[in-house]
Amino acid sequence: MTATPTRRTPEPGSWLGIPAFPKAAPGELANETQRRNLRHATTTIRAKRVVRASEVPNWEELRTAGAQIKDRVGRHLDEYLVQAEEAMTKAGITVHWARDAADANQIVAEIAKAKGVDEVVKIKSMVTQEIDLNEALEAEGIAAWETDLAELIVQLGHDLPSHILVPAIHRNRDEVQDIFTREMGLYGTPAPEGISNNPEELAAAARVHLREKFLRAKMAVSGGNFIVAETGTLVIVESEGNGRMCLTLPETLVSVVGIEKLVPTLEDLEVFLKLLPRSSTGERMNPYTSMWTGVTEGDGPQDLHVILLDNGRSNVLSDPEGRAALRCIRCSACLNICPVYERVGGHAYGNPYPGPIGAILGPQLRGMEDERDRALPFASSLCGACNEVCPVRIPFTDILVHLRHKVVEYKTAKHPTVEQGIMKGAGWVMADGSHLATVQAGERIGGRVFRGKWLGPMGPIPIAKEWLKGRDLEPLPTQNFRQWWKKNREGGQR
Amino acid sequence: MAPLTGAKVALFATCITDTVKPSVPIATVKLLERLGCRVEYPAKQTCCGQIMTNTGYFDEAVPTVRNFVETFGEYDYIVAPSGSCVGSVRDQHTMLARHAGDAGLEKEAGAVAARTYELTEFIVDVLGVTDVGAYFPHKVTYHPSCHGLRITRVGDRPERLLSAVEGIELVDLPDARSCCGFGGTFSVKNSDVSIAMATDKANNAVSTGAEYITGGDHACLMNIGGVAHRNGQHITPIHLVEILAATKEDAR
Ligand code: SF4
Repeated sequence: MTATPTRRTPEPGSWLGIPAFPKAAPGELANETQRRNLRHATTTIRAKRVVRASEVPNWEELRTAGAQIKDRVGRHLDEYLVQAEEAMTKAGITVHWARDAADANQIVAEIAKAKGVDEVVKIKSMVTQEIDLNEALEAEGIAAWETDLAELIVQLGHDLPSHILVPAIHRNRDEVQDIFTREMGLYGTPAPEGISNNPEELAAAARVHLREKFLRAKMAVSGGNFIVAETGTLVIVESEGNGRMCLTLPETLVSVVGIEKLVPTLEDLEVFLKLLPRSSTGERMNPYTSMWTGVTEGDGPQDLHVILLDNGRSNVLSDPEGRAALRCIRCSACLNICPVYERVGGHAYGNPYPGPIGAILGPQLRGMEDERDRALPFASSLCGACNEVCPVRIPFTDILVHLRHKVVEYKTAKHPTVEQGIMKGAGWVMADGSHLATVQAGERIGGRVFRGKWLGPMGPIPIAKEWLKGRDLEPLPTQNFRQWWKKNREGGQR
Repeated sequence: MAPLTGAKVALFATCITDTVKPSVPIATVKLLERLGCRVEYPAKQTCCGQIMTNTGYFDEAVPTVRNFVETFGEYDYIVAPSGSCVGSVRDQHTMLARHAGDAGLEKEAGAVAARTYELTEFIVDVLGVTDVGAYFPHKVTYHPSCHGLRITRVGDRPERLLSAVEGIELVDLPDARSCCGFGGTFSVKNSDVSIAMATDKANNAVSTGAEYITGGDHACLMNIGGVAHRNGQHITPIHLVEILAATKEDAR
């Protein structure tokens, strides 16, 4: 190849342009469309999830079972991986191992080249977002087409996904109408002349646009929701049917699957097939559940590859406090309940995994070298709503606090920080009541100075400035409790 | 459970209310005394260490755990008017001791934590009372703070106590269980998001037409009240213990 090939797919947005969470948040907060959409969508889906969970009499036990199965897999991952590889190989699946994103992307590209294809259709998957597969394939001259409606909107919109289940949750139908009108024709069948913002018309346009690609495609790429170690069965669930098209039409299927996605037996799988749809879309069952145990002549893909991907997962596994994040089955319930996510949306998290799971998984998979990853464990009020809904009982708040400690260790390892000084000071004050009393004596003066007055916007006093940005502070008292007690109940007398 | 009278109770006033909102621990003392308890305030006490712990400064929080154990170790009942601080004592102290590699402290911290109660838990579960004989003739809406709700698990005890108050009109707060956005240092590290959350909470509270918004954690009330004040909204935050302590004699 001599010249750089021109792009075959729309150039996506870049995570790299997004600053650390606290700096990214204000802009996202100001995006009224996104906030309205998110509020509406999350409120609806939350209510649905509650109904569907309450229909299952042993829901809480089921969650415990889900957590325990995943933990067992983590504890014996080496054995389950070997078992899964053997079972898959026996069933006729070609198994590959990928240490990191580059490995996985290269394997996919090589398979495509060996097949002589220069385009692939894709089933919506988080893991291929994680490894940035589309861009890697683009660089090799291979076009990767997203076929999930929301992913298509994101791809054609030169955009980034903002939700793990509904990547285009931040877009409204006017924007979708614009995107389809402008972009579809550049990459295939154009949107019909004069298409409106009617969701049905838009969905119909997407169907026609995608159909052409489905019928032409020789190779499909997917993630994988589960792999049953005992039988070597690859399980993919989805709700639109586009996945089923990708899984049945092309001759070759390549699935990139994180090593944590194993479940030991088919019986274990049952637990997750109950937990997942109810937690994610508030449905009783996934509309489409595809299970491939190898290849069957005349039915489905005739050449099936599974790429087992590490990409930081074994590091996560080595941290006893943080590893529970690997239980995640990507249902998105934690995003939908999160008050922070509800207001800022997914882009501010700066990686494909947003919301509570992104805040604990992102920094663990990628490490703490980047300021944006160090900010994520703090992008939570620790309200614990996610703890309550997660179908596999990930203890988010514990992990967030644990990761905050790791961030502090990282930051203070090199040189002391101002915050560390403040916390050391606080540590001294709080080590004994007599120290606290000394500080409180000073605070009393404040109470006298501002006597009965609320504190409003203030100059550049570090902590006060942030607090007083949009909030007043109620008047300080002139006497603290310690003094009241001394005066009124000294020595415990009444 | 038979009502327990004459119980010796150690008040954990919590650093925030001790310092900036003494009316809360004062009301706690008066209420517990009215319910027949002998209240003590061990002056060595400081805080639960949550601000440091939740900001990631474990080493700096360990002396606080040590102090808590030394201060309250001998008491059978330690009571605090804060679901959040009690949650921190129960949920984080043993973790911090483990972090410090101090097995002895871990054991003691666990034992003390097991005797530490959030105020409404203590009144309902230990004293066996739901009608504390309070009088508060106002329209009130209740915000269940996250840590009380999900970490300390105070359940519906606050509502049971509040609804037994004479004269009170309790109105439901829309979207009550969602966070007010305080979250300790979250309120300054991510102040924009925090303020957005508090604004929604304040608007919901105002929409009920209540005069007061109450709850079991002063910090959340300070956050919600701070936004309401800035936005010129008329709703007064009041800690639930101040309602429970109110009587006809000191009717406001
Ligand atoms: S962390 Fe739990 S709630 Fe969030 S997406 Fe994963 S499984 Fe669902």
